[in-house]
Amino acid sequence: MSEKSHLSKRLIPCLDVRNGRLTKGVKFKGNVDIGDPVETARRYYEEGADEIVFYDITASCEARGIFLDVVEKVASNIFIPFSVGGGIASVEDMRAVLLAGAEKVSVNSAAVKDPYLISRGADAFGSQAVVVGMDVKQVPVSETCPSGYEIVIHGGRRPMGIDAVAWARRCEELGAGELCVNSIDADGTLDGYELNLTRMICDAVTIPVIASGGAGAPQHLVDAVTKGGASAALVASIVHYGQYGIAELKDYMEKAGVSVRKV
Amino acid sequence: MLAILDYKAGNQTSVLRALRALGIPAEITADPSVILAAEGVVFPGVGAAGQAMSQLVSTGMDKVLREVVAMHKPLLGICLGCQILLERSEENDTTALGIVPGECHRFRPEWRDGDEPIRIPHMGWNTLNVVRPSELLEGVDSGSRFYFVHSYYTEPAPELVIATSHYGREFTAMYGRPGLWAVQFHPEKSGRPGLRILTNFYRYCQEAARV
Repeated sequence: MSEKSHLSKRLIPCLDVRNGRLTKGVKFKGNVDIGDPVETARRYYEEGADEIVFYDITASCEARGIFLDVVEKVASNIFIPFSVGGGIASVEDMRAVLLAGAEKVSVNSAAVKDPYLISRGADAFGSQAVVVGMDVKQVPVSETCPSGYEIVIHGGRRPMGIDAVAWARRCEELGAGELCVNSIDADGTLDGYELNLTRMICDAVTIPVIASGGAGAPQHLVDAVTKGGASAALVASIVHYGQYGIAELKDYMEKAGVSVRKV
Repeated sequence: MLAILDYKAGNQTSVLRALRALGIPAEITADPSVILAAEGVVFPGVGAAGQAMSQLVSTGMDKVLREVVAMHKPLLGICLGCQILLERSEENDTTALGIVPGECHRFRPEWRDGDEPIRIPHMGWNTLNVVRPSELLEGVDSGSRFYFVHSYYTEPAPELVIATSHYGREFTAMYGRPGLWAVQFHPEKSGRPGLRILTNFYRYCQEAARV
């Protein structure tokens, strides 16, 4: 029997927002409207979510304004940390979402293109405010990708020729406070997290790691934080369609010996 | 009214939003006359100790804070605020405010929590082990978890410790005496039990202002 940690493992619902509405896509393709982000965030908060992630998947400037309004409303309605990602490309973008009430910003593609965005963000707002989201795809082991995992951007469409483990270390050096490791292969499949990838990244860095992509059953969450070594598990479909409640997932994790927060 | 001290270090709006949701009048301010007239003062802060101290000094807020304490006006330090009320922080080798005896040290990566080495920052939800009763903890269930995010922990004078938490080692999560409190966690981000602490603080402030 393993020893329980004092710090609980976090369960983090991820909400994709498009034009002020919640949406969920599969493997980054095709999206359907699944509700109001503020109401949903409030419900997850009441049910015991430990944190919430909002991802802005709109591209236009006017939709950006709608998104910031959503962030402000959420900040006045939930009293747990939440982070915001999607389209964050500058310190000014970071400032806008932090001022709107988010605790953390998540940078992804922009950090791959301009790694010093991470250090500029950490200098301006502290490392605790900067999460680096990594989209990762399994590839044949090669000289450029010795781990067999490669960083991709633009929703998985563009491979970057950067090794995921090397990138994770670089992000830590540059001042990231946390990494969110998303497997493009597992995302939306409901077949479970990419545990091998999660473990490799966790062993390579000393900052907290969030496992993302693939949660479809309660045991997947347990595996992510035990076998995978993650500090937190991101969930989407598994909670968005009412298949499992947050409290129910936590009960399962607790019975499996994982330290969780109950409300 | 509660004054939330504005010294350009981190995000004070979270505290303001939580207080507003509780119906507690509050304002983010750097105006000494507003701060000194408030029923109580909240001293938040995120970021690095060195930078926060220089911001405090350059805005003159360090003097205002000392005056708040000298007047026995209730004060609640949160996170970095909790750390720099002490004499010194290992972070940037900073001489801190020295309002409360004690120091601040860094978590060590070789320490373990459960089966794994600890990750730094200590980020997430942890429990409190209450060692001394406090007005702030009234109505807070003993198993409640609070949201922490920090890489340094406080070691105040032992007689001031109210509650500890455990991450690789036991550390102080809450210290103080009636009217001067500091919490390492974020009550404004700790759900219901955190909001209860803010309510308790405001009630204490109102009563203290009455006498």
